[in-house]
Amino acid sequence: MATKHSRAASRLMISPAVLLLLGWMIVPLSMTIYFSFLNYNLLMPGAHNFIGFDNYKYFLTDPAFTTALINTLVLVGGVLLITTVGGTLLALLLDQPIWGQGIVRVLVIAPFFVMPTVSALVWKNMFMNPVNGLFGWIATSLGLPPFDFLAHAPLFSVIMIVAWQWLPFSTLILLTALQSLDSEQMEAAEMDGAGAISRFVYITVPHLARATTVVILIQTIFLLSVFAEILVTTNGGPGTASTNLTYLVYAQSLLQFDVGGGSAGGIIAVILANIVAIFLMRMIGKNLDA
Amino acid sequence: MGQITLSKVTKKFGEVEVIPPLDLEINDGEFAVFVGPSGCGKSTLLRLIAGLEDVTSGTIAIDGTDATGLVPAKRRLAMVFQSYALYPHMSVRKNIAFPLKMAKFDQAEIDRRVEAAAKVLNLGDYLDRRPGQLSGGQRQRVAIGRAIVREPAAFLFDEPLSNLDAALRVGMRLEISELHNRLATTMIYVTHDQVEAMTMADKIVVLQAGRIEQVGAPLELYERPRNLFVAGFIGSPKMNFITGAEAARLGAHTIGIRPEHISISPSEGAWKGTVGVSEHLGSDTFFHVMGTGLAESMTVRTSGEVSLRHGDTIFLTPQEDKIHRFDADGMRIA
Ligand SMILES: Nc1ncnc2c1ncn2[C@@H]1O[C@H](COP(=O)(O)OP(=O)(O)OP(=O)(O)O)[C@@H](O)[C@H]1O
Ligand SMILES: [Mg+2]
Repeated sequence: MATKHSRAASRLMISPAVLLLLGWMIVPLSMTIYFSFLNYNLLMPGAHNFIGFDNYKYFLTDPAFTTALINTLVLVGGVLLITTVGGTLLALLLDQPIWGQGIVRVLVIAPFFVMPTVSALVWKNMFMNPVNGLFGWIATSLGLPPFDFLAHAPLFSVIMIVAWQWLPFSTLILLTALQSLDSEQMEAAEMDGAGAISRFVYITVPHLARATTVVILIQTIFLLSVFAEILVTTNGGPGTASTNLTYLVYAQSLLQFDVGGGSAGGIIAVILANIVAIFLMRMIGKNLDA
Repeated sequence: MGQITLSKVTKKFGEVEVIPPLDLEINDGEFAVFVGPSGCGKSTLLRLIAGLEDVTSGTIAIDGTDATGLVPAKRRLAMVFQSYALYPHMSVRKNIAFPLKMAKFDQAEIDRRVEAAAKVLNLGDYLDRRPGQLSGGQRQRVAIGRAIVREPAAFLFDEPLSNLDAALRVGMRLEISELHNRLATTMIYVTHDQVEAMTMADKIVVLQAGRIEQVGAPLELYERPRNLFVAGFIGSPKMNFITGAEAARLGAHTIGIRPEHISISPSEGAWKGTVGVSEHLGSDTFFHVMGTGLAESMTVRTSGEVSLRHGDTIFLTPQEDKIHRFDADGMRIA
């Protein structure tokens, strides 16, 4: 888009899409904002009177809110940590010339194609279940008492399940980045006397910075709204031990039929997500500059 | 010190033998140039010396000690790559300092050496820039800077100037020669540029399909090429080759005469032909002469401007003492 003319033309051309997207966003958003100021409970028919910020007040002072906020951050942070570190290591491994490379790569990507509900149920019933699960069986055959993951470490279990799903994504992106690393640069470092670890630290890691940033940003967007995995495994429990903000909004509006409160929660979640995004961009956004 | 000796070195990639058994000796302080057609194994040979590839058999000795099994870092060699291979996320200063940092020099010494290298290479103003913000010639200088700070036993260059434009090439060529004079360190330089080979080298190694065709000083190769391949490869424009009766008359299978060793005349001479394309360079003129019956086309070089036009008749006379004679196997007849 070099010239003034082509810039103007491009604006004209993308305007329908922008308007459509804007409408798509604005209508639900403004309706949610509208509902969040009403006393609107499906169990109480009648007038939905305007109650100002009361819904917000209730949502924010709900003891579950703080727990949910912390859980959300722990969930996002935990999964990001596992997927970026694990993804880098896996990518390094897959970058080695091995026999059956093609098949191994397809297998590594496979978890990404499994629906969240399905994979969560598989983990819940086939791995983490203390009676029927694989982990329980391993523990008992070693003579140890089986560990009930979902009851005693619910948030950790959810983190494991979600990380398992997202690991292929980060592996794939980091692998492509790794393959774009100029081999002469590596050889130059080798000639310069850098050992394998120094080469990884000084050449590979900086080269992967941009891809890692992309992985973190994209995953954060999706991880802030993890829901299905919690719904089918722990239902946010025990208590609120594995409730995140998304799940709390769901519980508010659909389990307690409180449309107003749920909407307020939704708006708060949007605001918090934006705060997280701003922080992230501040922290790592500069990696995206060429 | 930087004496490099290759004995019976071979290299196979899978089943393909890229380097058949090869012996080569490069003396301390020498500027050796590897030339040869594309794909003849120049880079492979350089990488074998650097240790970036393992030899299939044979030994490589550096300063008399066997270095065949050593990792690149332990060979005390520095390499400048065709793509420069600078570290894009580090500043110029950090790039140059990297080998010193890896060798665990203390910071004061690193700073001193980086400053010294920057001064030699005129990089002082760019030390805090990233490689991406430099021109091709400046990047090349950074790559050389990174190589010289370690004070290696020898420098290896793989076509370091091929990404530069013609003017810059000439400049960098002089700078590298200058650097060699100053440091007096062994340098091995891969190129397929005639002029670079002739002007920079103390010793030229002509390779073909991994075999060494001839090793010698530039003028030695020019004056006494050992075989047809070297005769055709060294010198620009190429030597003219003549077979048949004219060669048999001199007791050879093929005779060769360089374009600059043929004199021309519009009226009389040994061979008669017509002028084809003529290339006027100002200082020199190259005539491509057709229809001599000796070879498809003969190239002649004369100095200055000569007013002969396309289609004019021309007579060629070779300088008898500059004729090279080759036998049926393409080897030189002394
Ligand atoms: N890693 C490799 N695997 C298989 N064959 C290779 C490999 N590297 C080089 N070769 C082959 O070895 C031969 C010599 O290659 P090399 O790169 O040394 O040529 P070169 O003389 O440097 O050519 P150029 O002037 O084009 O750079 C070529 O035929 C090439 O195909
Ligand atoms: Mg090459």
